Amino acid sequence: MTLALIPLLPLLGAFIPCLFHSRNLNAASAGVIAGFSLLLLLLQAPAVFSGDIPLYTRSWIPAMGLTFAFRVSGFGFLFALLVLGIGLLIVVYARYYIAKEDPMGRFYTYLLFFMGSMLGIVLSENLLLLMVFWELTSISSFLLIGFWRHRADARQGAFMALVITGGGGFAMLAGFLLLGHIVGSFELTDILAAKQIVHAHPLYSVTLILILAGAFTKSAQFPFQFWLPHAMAAPTPVSAFLHSATMVKAGVFLLALMVPVLGGSALWFYLVTLTGLITLMFAAYMAMFKDDLKGLLAYSTVSHLGLITLLLGLGTPMAVFAAVFHIFNHAAFKAGLFMLAGIIDHETGTRDIQRLSGLKKAMPVTAALTLIGCGAMAGVPLFNGFLSKEMFLAETLGPNLLGSAGWIIPLGAVLAAVFAVAYSIRMLLGVFWGKPAENLPRSPHEPPMGMMLSPGFLMAVCVLVGIFPAFFAGPLVNAGAGAILGPDMPAYHMAVWHGFNMALVLSMVALAGGAVFYLQRHRLFDLHVWCSRHLDGKTLFESLVSGLIQAGNRAIRFLENGSLQRYLFVLISVTLVLGTVPFAVSRTPLLGPVAATPLDPVTLVMGLILIIGAVATVKTHRNRILSIIMLSTVGLVVALAFTRFSAPDLALTQISVEVVTIILLMMALHLLPTTTPMESSKTRQRRDGLLSVLAGCGAAALAMAILTRPYDTISDFFLAHSVPGGGGTNVVNVILVDFRGFDTLGEITVLAIAGLIIYALLHKFERKAPETDDMGLPWTQDRFPMILVYITRPLLPLALLFSAYIFLRGHNDPGGGFIAGLITATVLTLQYIASGIVWTRPRFHFDNHVIMALGLILALGTGLTSWALNYPFLTSTYEYFTLPLIGKFEIASAMAFDMGVYLVVVGSVMLMLVKLGSINSEDARTVSISAHMDETLEIETLEDKTIEKETH
Amino acid sequence: MEWLVSACFGVMIACGVYLVLRARTFPVILGLTLMGYAINLFLFLTGRLHTNLPDIISANQTRYADPLPQALVLTAIVIGFAMIAFLVVLSLRALGELDTDHVDGQQEKPPA
Repeated sequence: MTLALIPLLPLLGAFIPCLFHSRNLNAASAGVIAGFSLLLLLLQAPAVFSGDIPLYTRSWIPAMGLTFAFRVSGFGFLFALLVLGIGLLIVVYARYYIAKEDPMGRFYTYLLFFMGSMLGIVLSENLLLLMVFWELTSISSFLLIGFWRHRADARQGAFMALVITGGGGFAMLAGFLLLGHIVGSFELTDILAAKQIVHAHPLYSVTLILILAGAFTKSAQFPFQFWLPHAMAAPTPVSAFLHSATMVKAGVFLLALMVPVLGGSALWFYLVTLTGLITLMFAAYMAMFKDDLKGLLAYSTVSHLGLITLLLGLGTPMAVFAAVFHIFNHAAFKAGLFMLAGIIDHETGTRDIQRLSGLKKAMPVTAALTLIGCGAMAGVPLFNGFLSKEMFLAETLGPNLLGSAGWIIPLGAVLAAVFAVAYSIRMLLGVFWGKPAENLPRSPHEPPMGMMLSPGFLMAVCVLVGIFPAFFAGPLVNAGAGAILGPDMPAYHMAVWHGFNMALVLSMVALAGGAVFYLQRHRLFDLHVWCSRHLDGKTLFESLVSGLIQAGNRAIRFLENGSLQRYLFVLISVTLVLGTVPFAVSRTPLLGPVAATPLDPVTLVMGLILIIGAVATVKTHRNRILSIIMLSTVGLVVALAFTRFSAPDLALTQISVEVVTIILLMMALHLLPTTTPMESSKTRQRRDGLLSVLAGCGAAALAMAILTRPYDTISDFFLAHSVPGGGGTNVVNVILVDFRGFDTLGEITVLAIAGLIIYALLHKFERKAPETDDMGLPWTQDRFPMILVYITRPLLPLALLFSAYIFLRGHNDPGGGFIAGLITATVLTLQYIASGIVWTRPRFHFDNHVIMALGLILALGTGLTSWALNYPFLTSTYEYFTLPLIGKFEIASAMAFDMGVYLVVVGSVMLMLVKLGSINSEDARTVSISAHMDETLEIETLEDKTIEKETH
Repeated sequence: MEWLVSACFGVMIACGVYLVLRARTFPVILGLTLMGYAINLFLFLTGRLHTNLPDIISANQTRYADPLPQALVLTAIVIGFAMIAFLVVLSLRALGELDTDHVDGQQEKPPA
């Protein structure tokens, strides 16, 4: 578990720095978290250095092959150490760098977030888990680049980085999925052992290209290099940490990780080596012309990443060893140089080499440290960069797959080295030598000690490793390279002096050439200005993006013109096409082998009535009342169809829903316009008509295709277990309340939510109904016709009794909670309609909200009870009892659940209808003041008389 | 029989689609109700047409209709009602807020 905590600690603790207002506490809390994580990492050191790979595995989603698993290989350890070590230095440095006005807590939160994600990448054992962390680094990098969110360049840079690395990550995910598919596991341990299987697989090249796309975008390899210089809009600590030392190295980390699996093929060599070579040269060339210190360092970083990529492409054991060593060295000197550039910026107010000069008087310590950093960057002996660069040059001289054109690689390497020397000299001399600069935004002076601490430490590492490589870096690099190479690990001893050899000659040539280039830089600059006018990654990227956006806008304007009718038309057309094409293409006959059953005259007549009703609904839809009546015909015939085809439960449900729906529509029509204006043009009507007919034909064909095919049902299970398992003979009801009780629970929840939404929508909403109907006639004065009132009142107890009957028989005969609920709701609504809200509401002493809630609680409660009794959720039980007179009867726990269903249906339907009925304020008021008084009096006297009559 | 039922289903869908494509909220609601009927019927049809085979278990009956689509459709009918009710209220509220019952919330612009 301690192993998993290394990445999790910064990730989970990321929010902590945000909690403090003191800048010191912000930094300290971040430092403590990172320090603790570092401690946990160092605990793993003994095991790692003895060649073990500590593992921590927990199952996460086994069905997908995703495990929550971490490993500490030597290579992962090296990387994790870089992340945490440099991370801690950055925490200290940023405390002084980030200005008072900036939200420092937020900065450290992002930083820890990144740190945890990066640790996750280097320590993941599972490829899918690695992918998750990979994306997290893209996101945290986005947040950090855009830290100064008020600056447009920061936002653009962040966006560009996210698009490029996110797109690459997408490709890489596909590559990982393929790799996992080929190997049959996503665990690195399995994958690393499966080189033969992977290489022999036909999908090898696709997998390789996809994974390389991810690695190259992350590590800013050509042609994706342009995002990195623009990421320099980030605060300098971020550039030092993410965009030179750690995150951009995730790409080369992955390459190195995959060398044992994917490496060794010709395709690997060509793709990786050549990409590396081009990046190395191109970026080194670009770096020479950057006036911005951070821009120079950014291109230099891209170039060094290219160097590492090139080494990994070569893939020989020594090349991999050199790559690991250079990853370490580059992280040290480049992070340090970035921090120094930040100091220069911080103390002078500019990072422009053109404006800066002669700072060595004012900032001697900074100058000395920069000297070390630039020396390492250029590959001067006695600094660490020299050692790995010499190993690199030696490796390029080896034989390679390019055959007779193989000299390109050492030539390119030496040229790039020449450029590197030139830009290193330019950075050092341009800023610190020459006559002291004037008119700087701030008068230059040394920064506070704390700010100097981190770059000082890193430069010390550069020198110490440069002079005593075997002692300071040997074990770490050996462990790192050993983890990748395994038995192929070369027996190499790091030393400053390896005797006089070709690599040393090349190094010297590079140093001398670089000096010459620096002296001749003015000629080069002219040439470059001419070239750069024609080639610029950012402009290309931006024109590409704006082109895409324009095309997108055009498509949107075409499709999304604000007309819902148009959308629906498109949607239905597309559905129709998508539904028809597979049928047309597959050439299977539309109709299956099952013969149609014979037609009887009664059914035919009913079918014709339905068709006429449906068509009449359309024909009359401008006259809304009439069309509702037509619609109700259709609903009733559907109910009859359910009866005809052996579904009594459905028929009962349909007929009661039908009643409620029609009431609802009528009530709405009281407030909506009663007619629909003639709006659609003839063309549109024809067009819509054509689409409708097509849709109808498609639907009918689909129904026919299904009905004539043989079918296989899973219902035998329900039929067989309904009585012994659920204790009910009505299988439909038993499915609802028992087998699929959980579904029903969800459905009544939806019903309750719909009720609440309607209530909320109509809350405090008032609307006056028109005074007259659309023909100008006043509404009838007789609001509550007496006959209706007197029929509905005795009907209430009868209907309630009937619904109780329907409810109770539901488990064994057609009926149940849904139907009983609807019947109850209908009869209650009838009271409202007949006698008005003002009369009815006080007489029903319950709140529909409460009824609904009680129902849900009851249904949930039956489920929880079975849970409490150690049965699965919603398990039901039943028992038979015998009572005198009544005889044998059954009590099932599912009845309680059904009761819940009943209550929810009653509650929500009443909630909807009563609320809808009470929005016409006019109605309510007239009733409540005058009519109500008279009416209630009148009714009460009438009632008294009736009672008297009955008692007589 | 299958032909008739399929034809009924097709006609209901056709009428529903036509109404749903209208410009005012009320015909759209009518159309959706109609399509709701049709789709419930269609779901029910996937269990095939059976005559005189209710799903009540009894000793002297060996064949039954398919109860599963019936159970699904039963809840679908109720949920369908909830949806229609919601739409009705939404259209009422929209009319109250926007003073028009056009589906786009505004009168159609004359074609330019």
